[in-house]
Amino acid sequence: MRLSLVAALYLFWLVLSGMFTPFLLAAGLGAAVGVAALARRMEAAGQDRHPLHLTLAAAAYWPWLVKEIAKSGWQVSRVILDPRLPISPSLARFRPSQTSTLGLVIHANSITLTPGTVTVEADRGEFLVHALTREAAAGLAHSEMDRRVTRLEGTP
Amino acid sequence: MSALADAASWILLSAGGLFCIVGGVGLIRMPDFYTRMHAAGVIDTLGAGLILAGLVFQAGFSLAAVKLLVIGLLIFFTSPTATHALAQAALGRGLEPLAAKEEENAPSKC
Repeated sequence: MRLSLVAALYLFWLVLSGMFTPFLLAAGLGAAVGVAALARRMEAAGQDRHPLHLTLAAAAYWPWLVKEIAKSGWQVSRVILDPRLPISPSLARFRPSQTSTLGLVIHANSITLTPGTVTVEADRGEFLVHALTREAAAGLAHSEMDRRVTRLEGTP
Repeated sequence: MSALADAASWILLSAGGLFCIVGGVGLIRMPDFYTRMHAAGVIDTLGAGLILAGLVFQAGFSLAAVKLLVIGLLIFFTSPTATHALAQAALGRGLEPLAAKEEENAPSKC
């Protein structure tokens, strides 16, 4: 049984419940252990993990991602409000530098989360991204995001 | 609640509402499915994010604030996944993107 998973689930229960009677505390612990046991059973089929080791590195990555989201959200808003609607939709195919599934998922999700770019296909070794403008499409391969996610997944 | 936190909260809420409107205008103005998705992206990142941040200021240091942050996390994990699923389904069904132009950025393609 993954103790970290039980602890995280129990914390989640406590935050959502906000009531600390003995019955609810015990029920929460029971539920956390039960869910962790079910997750462990399912790990035989899929490989679901609880990437606790990435927590600290992710804490450094997220503020940067939020900044990027704000920047490109502002750019997309300007494009929307521009009377000429200066869009140049393009598809870009490129090779991400991540090796692990988790790293690829983080990279693909980050691209989609950033306004103006959407990951259409995410295969190992190749991403297909739809971008609102040609400039956004051009900045995808070997981007700073790519480097940062690779550093993030490489965290031991 | 202090007036300062109240002011910050209202600024965030107004900015969030403004970006929601911009995203809505974008949904109408954009010419095709894929470009509309980019406009919707403004709503569920900047719009939702700023409104949630404003609500956190309203909640102050309480359990409600933590719950709002959890909702924010949920949106930030699920919305790109849903957007990606939509885009992939559309392309898989053969919906051609407008003015599609493949730009090969990778040095070699398998």
